[in-house]
Amino acid sequence: MSATDFAIDVAGVTKKFGGKTVVNAIDLQVKRGEIYGFLGPNGSGKTTFIRMLCGLLTPDAGSGTCLGYDVLREQAEIKRHVGYMTQKFSYYEDLSLRENLDFIARIYDVPDRAGAVQRSLDRLGLANRSAQLAGQLSGGWKQRLALAACLIHDPQLLLLDEPTAGVDPKARREFWDEIHTLAAGGLTVLITTHYMDEAERCHRLAYLAYGNLLTRGTAHEVIASAQLTTWMVSGPDLRDVAAALRTHDGVEQVVAFGTTLHVSGRDAQKLDAAIAAVRDPRHEWKKIRSGLEDVFISLMDAARDNFA
Amino acid sequence: MTPRRFTFHRLWAIVMKEFIQMRRDRVTFAMMIGIPLMQLMLFGFAINSDPKHLPTAIRAADQGPFARTLVAALRHSDYFSLVREAQTEAEAHNLLQLGEVQFVINIPEDFSRKLLRGEQPTVLIEADATDPAATGPALSAVRAIANSVLDRDLTGSLARLRAKDGPLNFSIHAHYNPENITQYNVVPGLMGVVLTMTMVVITSLAITRERERGTMENLLATPVRPFEVMVGKILPYIAVGYIQVTLILVAARFLFGVPMVGSLPLVYAVSLLFIACNLAMGITFSSLASNQLQAVQMAFFFFLPSILLSGFMFPFRGMPEWAQWIGTCLPNTHFLRIVRGILLKGNGPAEILPEIWPLLAFLVIAMTIGVKRYRQTLD
Ligand SMILES: Nc1ncnc2c1ncn2[C@@H]1O[C@H](COP(=O)(O)OP(=O)(O)OP(=O)(O)O)[C@@H](O)[C@H]1O
Ligand SMILES: [Mg+2]
Repeated sequence: MSATDFAIDVAGVTKKFGGKTVVNAIDLQVKRGEIYGFLGPNGSGKTTFIRMLCGLLTPDAGSGTCLGYDVLREQAEIKRHVGYMTQKFSYYEDLSLRENLDFIARIYDVPDRAGAVQRSLDRLGLANRSAQLAGQLSGGWKQRLALAACLIHDPQLLLLDEPTAGVDPKARREFWDEIHTLAAGGLTVLITTHYMDEAERCHRLAYLAYGNLLTRGTAHEVIASAQLTTWMVSGPDLRDVAAALRTHDGVEQVVAFGTTLHVSGRDAQKLDAAIAAVRDPRHEWKKIRSGLEDVFISLMDAARDNFA
Repeated sequence: MTPRRFTFHRLWAIVMKEFIQMRRDRVTFAMMIGIPLMQLMLFGFAINSDPKHLPTAIRAADQGPFARTLVAALRHSDYFSLVREAQTEAEAHNLLQLGEVQFVINIPEDFSRKLLRGEQPTVLIEADATDPAATGPALSAVRAIANSVLDRDLTGSLARLRAKDGPLNFSIHAHYNPENITQYNVVPGLMGVVLTMTMVVITSLAITRERERGTMENLLATPVRPFEVMVGKILPYIAVGYIQVTLILVAARFLFGVPMVGSLPLVYAVSLLFIACNLAMGITFSSLASNQLQAVQMAFFFFLPSILLSGFMFPFRGMPEWAQWIGTCLPNTHFLRIVRGILLKGNGPAEILPEIWPLLAFLVIAMTIGVKRYRQTLD
């Protein structure tokens, strides 16, 4: 194995589809044992980037290594040590769970195949469903099967593309516990998600929009670097307040959260001015810490101005 | 440990998977057995039917008693239905040309005279042999009818005319179909047709199906090699091909009584090559097509010339040169010759060798295109 500390270390990775740049010169470094969250709106290029990492797509530009193997030349080696869970379920619906796992185990020539299949069924709680056809499983169980299958060859890097889309909260929590256990054991995980709670469970994050990497770091760093000011308002007639606020310069987001409104903007002075204009003694105003979601939406709006 | 190398465990993984999927896909599996059975029944029925009452024209230049006896006997046989009397040769030909009659029986002017002199007059039977299955039985019946009937008339002093080889000669002109395919020709030929049809269609779906269902992305993310996928998908269907070959051979022997002069193991050995050709073709289509419908269309595009230009439907030598060229490129053409050669003429390895090379060449080319076209990435 290579001595590098990074499981993923790429620079300038670019992909174009018919003249449209879908991934634009992305640099990314992911340490071994880290859970790295990959966020971004639909169509921002997350899936495309992951496919380039595991050799499914050839980058148009860029270079780097994945597990110490060159992403351009040593794709075959990379494939042997990476577990890739596709966004769309991509195991055989007309094969049973056990047959699917057995197939993957054979492909990777896993030692003690029968034992490995059984252990993976047990660990993910799939054992009593092992004879069921994959096509008959509900969405959540399909995800479990997919996770089991991409772990069976003991990979060093997991690439998970929206593994928890459509999965219920409890199952999602179990899934994340599993991911953390695996990471604690030294596995590196790159995971895409649209859920903010999941983003916060990652060690570090990157946010992508229109193929550009806009920010990265820990959740705290990401929020701090965004320099977003957020106020929370509570009181009566919040709909009117929201409508009034939206007409003011410097108010970028007005979002209803239950019985409160969150009002954010990057320019604190303009935001204060706007709030002063609509302020009314019936409402209680409080400055709060911006959330990841506020930050991401703000980033996306800014990106739209810059790139779209 | 270079991952680029072909490995058996990955090949075997694909083979096992395909077997399971084949078993689960009951409809397709039923088709693979059903199609040969159906074709056997359809073609077999046409072959087995012994058509009677075929429209026949008589051109009798001699109206003497012997000629009348012959005509009456033919009329009474089940095979001929004397619908017309032609006066001139031109008229007779016209009837044949238009398909109004299947046969023209020409009784020469000097029929009775020659018969009485023991000179064995020649009766010319012209047949429209476009459909040899129709004319064959009638033609073989005519000799027997004439001889037995005239033998009855040739009594007393005329008995000496009952020559060993009959009192008269028949000269048969088969028009329009020089090669004269017989029933024995069709059933062995069916083997190539059935295999082409089922093998190409089924495997043409093999890779497009993975692509359409999204399982391809997963497969590509594993270390599996294109050659392993191709061969892994071909092997299980070779077994299916052998089931079909066996089915047809059994039917040929016991249902249709096709003689089997040559070596059956040789037939099986050559079938392996031919099945592989078709599977490679299917897999290649599969790697070219972007969806399953396209794949099936391509398979049909291949199937039609294989049935029409291979010498199965029409005699190969009767086809225009360009059609023969196309036919020469098709594996079915060579396979038909091999199987007919082995079964009917008792050909051995030496005789069929000239037809083996084209099959090998086809296999290598199809396989190469397939592996080349199989995309290792999603680009
Ligand atoms: N094979 C392809 N050919 C052409 N365009 C493509 C191809 N694959 C993806 N794209 C385009 O690239 C862009 C990025 O797609 P990608 O699937 O990477 O987005 P994503 O971030 O994964 O989105 P989502 O969150 O919806 O999964 C989209 O505009 C998509 O239409
Ligand atoms: Mg995606």
